Amino acid sequence: MNFIERVRLSIFPGSGKPADEQKGSRKYFRSLLLHFRPRVVPKRTLRFNLTWGLGGMAAVLVLLLFSTGLLLKFAYEPFPGRAYDSILHLQHNIPFGQLIRNIHHWSANILLVIVFLHFLRVFFTGAFTKPRQFNWIIGLALFAGVILSNFTGYLLPWDQLAFWAITISSSMLEYIPGVGARLHDLVLGGPDLGPSTISNFYAIHTAILPVLLLLILPFHFWRIRKANGLVIPRSPVEDSDTRGKKVDTIPNLITREVTVALVLFAVVLIISMLVDAPLAVKANPGLSPNPTKAPWYFMGFQEMLMHFHPVFSLFIMPLLLTLGLLVIPYLNYQADTAGIWFCSRKGRQMAIIAVVTAIAVTVAGVLIDEFMIGSKQAGPNMISSGLVPFAIVLTGFIGFYLFMKKKFEATNNEAIQTLFILLVTGFVVLTIIGIWFRGTGMRLMM
Amino acid sequence: MSETEQNKHPEKESATSRRSLLNKLWILLGIVALAELIGLVFAFFKPRMKRISKAERDAIIVAGPLDSFLPDTVTAFVRGKFYLARLADGGFLALSRSCTHLGCTVPWVAKENKFICPCHSSEFDITGEVISPPAPRALDIYQITIENNIVRVNTSKRKKRSEFTSGQITYPKNT
Repeated sequence: MNFIERVRLSIFPGSGKPADEQKGSRKYFRSLLLHFRPRVVPKRTLRFNLTWGLGGMAAVLVLLLFSTGLLLKFAYEPFPGRAYDSILHLQHNIPFGQLIRNIHHWSANILLVIVFLHFLRVFFTGAFTKPRQFNWIIGLALFAGVILSNFTGYLLPWDQLAFWAITISSSMLEYIPGVGARLHDLVLGGPDLGPSTISNFYAIHTAILPVLLLLILPFHFWRIRKANGLVIPRSPVEDSDTRGKKVDTIPNLITREVTVALVLFAVVLIISMLVDAPLAVKANPGLSPNPTKAPWYFMGFQEMLMHFHPVFSLFIMPLLLTLGLLVIPYLNYQADTAGIWFCSRKGRQMAIIAVVTAIAVTVAGVLIDEFMIGSKQAGPNMISSGLVPFAIVLTGFIGFYLFMKKKFEATNNEAIQTLFILLVTGFVVLTIIGIWFRGTGMRLMM
Repeated sequence: MSETEQNKHPEKESATSRRSLLNKLWILLGIVALAELIGLVFAFFKPRMKRISKAERDAIIVAGPLDSFLPDTVTAFVRGKFYLARLADGGFLALSRSCTHLGCTVPWVAKENKFICPCHSSEFDITGEVISPPAPRALDIYQITIENNIVRVNTSKRKKRSEFTSGQITYPKNT
């Protein structure tokens, strides 16, 4: 055995043995893969309309973001005076610089949407009940990580868009009672956006969050295996014990995953070639653009800010929302609906009613507040623009829950799902209004 | 463990209690180490906050001679990030240019005699008092000193206030 042969064998120990049905290196690769994936998977979980490939897509986008981010790290200079120019240099002088930045930008934005859809998918197929309870919490942590990654990355180009979006978003922190002002100064590294802000955001964006994601993501995957794989999809009339037959992971699952990954990569690449990531003029701390908007995923909060006192729209309501999401897997449910889309047939009817109600009520609410009550913005009065509208909204939610539960003689699974839909749809509608229907001076425009 | 068992195996008992004491000591040491680590992290971030305020402590901006500011006018100072407002009665106010709503920079609209925020259209009068919400409180102010007819503004300390009161105005000494 010569030297090269010995090295080769040390890397692929299987390749020296006589080939049975597989080539040696291929067999080795298979066994490597099967350390991460189960050897067999239930055939029914392969159905595309169970997962829509969303979790896998998110993982692919994270990989894409890591690799493009690493490249960008070599071109970017995290200082207020140089950041913007380094982006210009990247786009104009570095080969494929613009493309790499575009891929990073679009992957990040698509990732937010995909992660949100993945979150909805898991909720609506009941994949958060025992034994997946804690994985729901891990998933929420990852969701938060993705949002924070997007937010900290938003500042780095240091253009007018970035500067003012981060200014108003971080000013939202100041409304947290007690610690708000100190938290704001800690995040920014001082009272205003400056050199410390960039180095804070750069460290969080390129070191802290990637490391946290790399640590938590494998945990998220591992918990799926510990839960014996994905939920088994079933129709509302089927029993939960029917697991069906199993098939080999290779090639059945792997080929599907690779296909989804490649198609997604192609889509991201095409978008990145056609549409450049936005870059406004260099940041000017003396001139706020009109209108100034937060990053699009925070526009729901900025829209709420137009209608509620800041302490309610930026503190109490987000806090209640977060607590609500955290307790979802730990509530006592009357029925086992894991694997059934929208709990049951009744649940589907209720879901449609909830979506329509949420859209109608949210749009009507915004219009009434804008034109009938006539207040240009929610004022600083704690009672009239805080407690009163909050009480109205809360009563609306509780009333809707009780009404739907009684009218449909529903289980609490179905009723809680209806409430969840009402909340999520309402927030999505507010976000859409904020992004596309607010113009100069944040006035409504059609 | 009950009394009788303790008497039966005195040396075993003392061994386990010694072990549990050591274990507790380890945990205690761990907590101390953790506290030190947290303290270290906080200490690491502190000077940066201080450095900024120290840099700004030196930032006493000489606005100019008294009579260069006419009553009822507002002058912008880009470097100090503030407005020097001279009220109709001759008194001075140094107003922060950051809107108290979400921190946008508020321009002075001389035509309408008020500050109008471009972000969410809050409005403030010449004293920084809120005319139109959503801004929750009056514009922040800076300390002014007038010596030998020269107006100086100390931009190191931004003072928050809920509303305008006449005590916030600085008057030249001879008037």
